[in-house]
Amino acid sequence: MSAEPAFEVEPAAAALELRDVEIVYRVRGRDREVVRGVTLTIEKQGSYGLVGESGCGKSTAALSIVRYLPRNGRVTKGSITVAGRNVLKLRGEALRRYRRDAVSMVYQNPGSALNPALRVGRQVAEVFALRGAGRGEARERSLAALREVNIADPSSVLRRYPHQLSGGMQQRVIIAMALATNPELLILDEPTTGLDATVEAEVLELISELQERHSTAVMFISHNLGLIRKMCERTGVLYAGELVEEGPTEEILQNPRHPYTVGLLRCIPRGGLRKDRGKLDTIPGFLPPIGADLPACVYVHRCALAQDICREQKPEDQRVGATHTSRCHFHEIAQQLPRSTDPTPVDTTGIDRLAIPLLQVDDLTKTFRQDGNDIKALAGVSAKLWPGETLGLVGESGSGKTTFARTLLGIVEPTSGTVEVDGQLMAPGLGDRSASDVAALQIVFQNPDSALNRRHTVRRMLKRTLGKLANVGGGEAERRAEELVESVRLPERALSTRPTGLSGGQKQRVAIARAFAGNPRLVVCDEPTSALDVSVQAAILNLLVDLQHGMGTSYVFISHDLGVVRYLSDRIAVLYLGRLMELGPAETVFSPPHHPYTEALLSAVPTIEGEQRVRIDLEGDIPSAADPPTGCVFHTRCPRFLGAICVEEEPPLAEVEPEHFMRCHIPIDELRQLQATAPPAVTRPTVEV
Amino acid sequence: MPVVVEGAPPLSPKPLDTPQRVRRETLRLILRSPTFILGAIVTLFWVACAFAGLEIAPYHPIDESFGFSYESPSWNHPFGLDRVGRDILSRVIVGARSVIEVAPAASLLGVTLGSFLGLVMGYFSGLVDNIIGRVIDAVLAVPFIVFGILLLTALAGGTSQDGISVSSLKLVIVIGLAFMPIVARTVRSAVLVERDLDYVQAAKLRGERPPYIMLVEILPNVMGPIVVEVTIRLGYAVFAFATLAFLGYGPQPPSPDWGSQIAEQYADISLAWWAIVFPALAIASLVVAINLIADTVQQVLDQ
Repeated sequence: MSAEPAFEVEPAAAALELRDVEIVYRVRGRDREVVRGVTLTIEKQGSYGLVGESGCGKSTAALSIVRYLPRNGRVTKGSITVAGRNVLKLRGEALRRYRRDAVSMVYQNPGSALNPALRVGRQVAEVFALRGAGRGEARERSLAALREVNIADPSSVLRRYPHQLSGGMQQRVIIAMALATNPELLILDEPTTGLDATVEAEVLELISELQERHSTAVMFISHNLGLIRKMCERTGVLYAGELVEEGPTEEILQNPRHPYTVGLLRCIPRGGLRKDRGKLDTIPGFLPPIGADLPACVYVHRCALAQDICREQKPEDQRVGATHTSRCHFHEIAQQLPRSTDPTPVDTTGIDRLAIPLLQVDDLTKTFRQDGNDIKALAGVSAKLWPGETLGLVGESGSGKTTFARTLLGIVEPTSGTVEVDGQLMAPGLGDRSASDVAALQIVFQNPDSALNRRHTVRRMLKRTLGKLANVGGGEAERRAEELVESVRLPERALSTRPTGLSGGQKQRVAIARAFAGNPRLVVCDEPTSALDVSVQAAILNLLVDLQHGMGTSYVFISHDLGVVRYLSDRIAVLYLGRLMELGPAETVFSPPHHPYTEALLSAVPTIEGEQRVRIDLEGDIPSAADPPTGCVFHTRCPRFLGAICVEEEPPLAEVEPEHFMRCHIPIDELRQLQATAPPAVTRPTVEV
Repeated sequence: MPVVVEGAPPLSPKPLDTPQRVRRETLRLILRSPTFILGAIVTLFWVACAFAGLEIAPYHPIDESFGFSYESPSWNHPFGLDRVGRDILSRVIVGARSVIEVAPAASLLGVTLGSFLGLVMGYFSGLVDNIIGRVIDAVLAVPFIVFGILLLTALAGGTSQDGISVSSLKLVIVIGLAFMPIVARTVRSAVLVERDLDYVQAAKLRGERPPYIMLVEILPNVMGPIVVEVTIRLGYAVFAFATLAFLGYGPQPPSPDWGSQIAEQYADISLAWWAIVFPALAIASLVVAINLIADTVQQVLDQ
């Protein structure tokens, strides 16, 4: 069917072989090494995970395989072979055919991978037209490709523009396009990072299904070890451009033999770890900056096992299993890596829930008006929070988490309902609140890059905030600024630095220091660690726990990472379409019986332990808040759907156990029984509404 | 026994990309760029002429005692003589002064006013933005020349035979005002991006007032586009000044000025091309040189 010759492959060869690949970027006139001597093989139809902190060279390696390095990047050494062909030698037409036939790549942000000005149909059809299909044939095959990625109504999707599709749907279209040509190798660069856990789970399942059907080899780039566990047979751990450990995924996670891997695994709050059971371990220090002169062992600066030999002699790849290597002199004792933090848990028994709540929210409602529609972002949320306590907020995007937080702060004025702090009614809008009320509620934003003014020094930010919120100035402000910087474990010289001189984690520490400058009663943490690497995340979580313990501050903690929420929260609120679906102590919410929505959320998260769990399929996307379903708003996707009552009547938020509230028609005991035994029905009775 | 390493993590071990270093390397890139060097040399030459024209020029620019009208270029007078027998080379050299006096001040004024307007539009957006935006659209619909002449006529003191005598200050004001709307638009779009960043929220969350947020928080972050705007407007200001001078709104004869020299003699171009071409080349060279600098600055700031 192809009008021109296809890219020739050797049928028996491995899908991908990197041999001693070195890549440099030329920045401001100097070559900077990004990938140093990486050697790896992906077998035919194999799946390989590449993990490591940001800046360690994962994406650069992937781009070199598809020959899409930025202009200033080039491969200076080694060879890259895809299906037996050296791709570094390809030029012109041959390179184009290689990209067309042999390799596909899926990027992190599906929104920017599709052309916003063209209809989806035209973009999908292009893939087939490139291979010589006529107009009608291309359309037929586009429809088939979309059906293959479980898009229920492909012809309507083809007619739409990319922005009219949800993120999950866009990513499915891209996967359909990537696999349409039966490539030898599919590279996925953080394909689900921007998606909700429920959608991520579906997309991942789809990828493994299609991989099998198309007999494609997959390279998976991710920072999420749980996801790598689920998707990949083999894993390579990249650090500062070197592959420091490589082997079967199972072995790497169960029996890591490089101190970096050991450290990474210890940073992650998992297995139900909570702040009152132990602190997280962290990896001290920093990834060496790109282009730095590296010591013999690239990890030596951050390794608690390092000896003189590590500084003098470059470690070889040591065979530690049948197909498992570690580039460490001390791989035998890697797992005895000393902790870098004190593991003593914090004492959380001091919370007095009989006292006056620190925060009391009553029937908070926010309706936005958009294009003539009323969008109910919050529909009657009531909650209480006591001093020194953390309330975790979970839910998919669009569930109202952020609106809730912003309404508390007064950035968004509620349509109705009240916010009380220490029994005092807060003015609805920020502009009407007194200075002390403003100081009482502060926030730590998700993205530290955008939260700090890049033109101001840390000293200036902190002193200005101290002046405004704590009413101190001059020498006293300087002293307090030094204290603040010390309390977030930054060196004093950080005060004279601008944000550009700080790493992501350090910036977030500054943002935390700023939030604490006015001695707040409550700090909203809006996904404070989602933009950070896991090792940095662990340090920030520990810091938040310590600060709370020392100052008795309360947190409203928003995160899509359920492991993180569970680690930090005393109580958890589950939101769906602006409504509170479940509210209760963290452990109660995380152990059965759950609300069916919570159950589905929990089942969607891939874990490092890899325990067998039946994933509950949530059908479709979260409905539009402009037109929420009748009755129980979750009934359209509920895996434990009862029948007419769910469609007709909204269940109340009832206290099903002491302190445990739930909005569901199914009695708690029945839920307990259901969730202990049977996974929910995969196909549910359809009810026409 | 586990070793516990607590306490402050070090700042990045050996920072390679410290702001100072980035600045130094960026500066080196600018200074080595051939377009920048060429632009800078030409611009500096004209600036030197503006300040020390009378010393550099071989003759006095209004001395009419050399010979006949329109004598062609010769060793003594490389650019020839003009209608009344003045040395054109000297008039071109000294003529730089009037442009250099007006153009930079006008572009600074225009960018300053435009930046404030842009800050207000971008920060408040909504109704304020809409009203100012429509006014700007209306102003921009009027061609610059019409706008300039109307304003200058209104501002002008007395009239002379050939044109309207206007002081440099008035020219600065008129050109500055003419540039204000377009600068406001550029700055507004930069402010719209910044305004949505969390640091602006953070400032509101410590009770800052809008003027503080606009001037202290946002303004430093949009200086990049503003600096680029200053250099681009400078080129346009040279051109705008020459145009107005050509039309008679500017330095009056016999004082040397590029625009008015062309105006005085363009009817005789078939007789003496040199009287027109050299002042015209002077204008072109300065505009092109400034644009070369502007391009480099823009490229480097975009990186």
